Amino acid sequence: MSAVPAPAYRVQGPSAVGGDPRRFWNLARTLAATDWKVRFYGSALGYVWSLLRPLMLFGIVYFVFSTVVKAGAGVRYYGVILLLAMILYFYFVEVTSGAVTSMVDRESLLRKVGFPRAVVPLAVALVATMSLALNLVVLAVFIVLSGVPPRWTWLALPIPFLLLAVFATGVGMLLSALYVRYRDVRPIWEVVTQALFYATPVLYPIERVIDHSQTLATIALCNPVAAIIQESRHLLTGAPSVTAALGSTALLAVPIAILAGVTWLGLHVFDRMAPRAAEEL
Amino acid sequence: MSRAPADDVAVLVDGVSKTFRLPREQVSTLKERVLHPTRRPSFDELRALRDVSFEVRTGEVFGIVGRNGSGKSTLMKCLAGIYQADAGEMWLRGRMAPFIELGVGFNPDLTAHDNVLINAVMLGLTPDEARTRYASIMDFAELHEFAELKLKNYSSGMQVRLAFSVMVHVDADLLLIDEVLAVGDAAFQQKCYDVLSRSRDDGRTILLVTHDMDQVQRFCDRALLLERGRIAAIGDAADVARGYTNVNFATAGHLGVRPDLPIGEGDDGAHIADVFIQDATGQRGVALAQGAPCALCMRVRFQRPATDPIFHLSLTDAQHRCVFAVTSEWGDGLGGDFAAGDVVKAGASFDNWLAPGRYELTAQVLHPGGGGHVMARAEKAASAIVTGSRAGGGIVDIPHGFFVERHTERTAAAIDGATG
Repeated sequence: MSAVPAPAYRVQGPSAVGGDPRRFWNLARTLAATDWKVRFYGSALGYVWSLLRPLMLFGIVYFVFSTVVKAGAGVRYYGVILLLAMILYFYFVEVTSGAVTSMVDRESLLRKVGFPRAVVPLAVALVATMSLALNLVVLAVFIVLSGVPPRWTWLALPIPFLLLAVFATGVGMLLSALYVRYRDVRPIWEVVTQALFYATPVLYPIERVIDHSQTLATIALCNPVAAIIQESRHLLTGAPSVTAALGSTALLAVPIAILAGVTWLGLHVFDRMAPRAAEEL
Repeated sequence: MSRAPADDVAVLVDGVSKTFRLPREQVSTLKERVLHPTRRPSFDELRALRDVSFEVRTGEVFGIVGRNGSGKSTLMKCLAGIYQADAGEMWLRGRMAPFIELGVGFNPDLTAHDNVLINAVMLGLTPDEARTRYASIMDFAELHEFAELKLKNYSSGMQVRLAFSVMVHVDADLLLIDEVLAVGDAAFQQKCYDVLSRSRDDGRTILLVTHDMDQVQRFCDRALLLERGRIAAIGDAADVARGYTNVNFATAGHLGVRPDLPIGEGDDGAHIADVFIQDATGQRGVALAQGAPCALCMRVRFQRPATDPIFHLSLTDAQHRCVFAVTSEWGDGLGGDFAAGDVVKAGASFDNWLAPGRYELTAQVLHPGGGGHVMARAEKAASAIVTGSRAGGGIVDIPHGFFVERHTERTAAAIDGATG
């Protein structure tokens, strides 16, 4: 032991983020890596599945919706934008639904070790983001197969992806904090994600909604997830941008405000709950 | 009010209180909130810690003892940053590692290798540190050949070894240990103590929550006794251990007949009203000092007339071994006629040379004749703790003289000659 005593520090008690960003990151990525390993546990092909599974699923969806159902007749590259929308929407669902029960699932950890509480929902988001990255790699195959011409706007695609990750994590933190006290959150959220799936232009292109009613399209795009998906479609294939589909640039403030507001609320509620999480579980 | 601790203080706890709110009716569904929007959920308050203050100096081994629910674990969890204290402040010095449970974060579906890394990171190492120490962890646990085996295929003993090995390798300056050492077999526990002794010699500070007073006396420099969240005693480990023994039994209705035990099994020829142990002063003893006189006693009321009944008393230790059994048969003039309604006190006094530990006393009244026909029986109706620092590992500590004789050259040669 050194002769000079280490500095004394005050015990701060549990918090959402804590004081040491390195430890936060170490914990989050360790938990995420564990979840990732367990996911394909026991399968012969292991990690190959993380690419093979989306490849086969997307192939089916692509085939059904571009040759059988023809929901996107008249829309360019419908198959590709359908896949993009599905990947992004299910990323949102994976983060939020996974986060709901995350605190309760990690109960034994939370009650035995002091660590920043936000690590838990964040690890869920990290795992989902890893599979999002792999899914996007698979999507690239379909983009090449469909012959979508490369565009400079592809370089801007990380922006909507990042916004989606932030929003999904914010919602996830809100839900995970609420679930600690109210176990009804899980069934409610299952229903909400179902409803939201049909309210979001995933299976159908937004052009179809605009043909029907501009008001309806505007309302649909107030949902930040829908707005992000639409903007990604725009950047990928030149489909109508969010502002065009909304019908006005000023209206863009609505999904942005919802995104910012809900994310802030999620962080705030989680931060309030974090110090007492271990005793309320 | 904030005060930083002095240089030689590793843990400073100043006026810490913690209250848990336990919902009286569980309001955990939204429906109840919606149906009864005005009804505030009612809570029972459990004051787990009340204004607890103490200091632990660097390099000390500090015991925290108390009955179940006295707040020991809450105190540990506040120090470990798991619970938020309601009032007061706590200061620590150096890297702290909490051992509230062995194998935190273990996942049965992953290999030992993965689990070691997870557990080590949970306990405060960086992933790089965990990887560099991995080989040494597996060596210490003696599980190298099972490194790629999934944890669910490990026996529970192997899991404990693995977890303990990780704990040893975290090498924090300050260890918070909450009864994790109570698991495992005797050999494992010995290994635990060897490791902790070494940690202590290295100058680490150890806070140890335990029920085992023997541990406290052997291992701790100082100790703290918690009682309903308050400090009941603090100071020299041996004194606190004695205090604990008294608290533990004083509140349990001292050392009387325990009402939940089968008393009066037999043919009801007599009724054993009370079973107790007297200490040297003639008081009902709880903590019996080793070496001092004491007496095993029973109070019996005869229901029917009896001639030459036999009073029998036996002491069993924590391993259910009968250590000492005595009977009135052996004495002269202890028999006689007893009428229905007679009350007697019978017992045996002796110098207490039992090994330190917990003992239970069984009393019986038998019919004469050696057939073992029971009139009344009170099984393990009283208990006592023998305190003492001489724990040699034997069941009894018989008074003895120890000698070491140095042989002179001449006697050594004589012995060699005799044997060779």
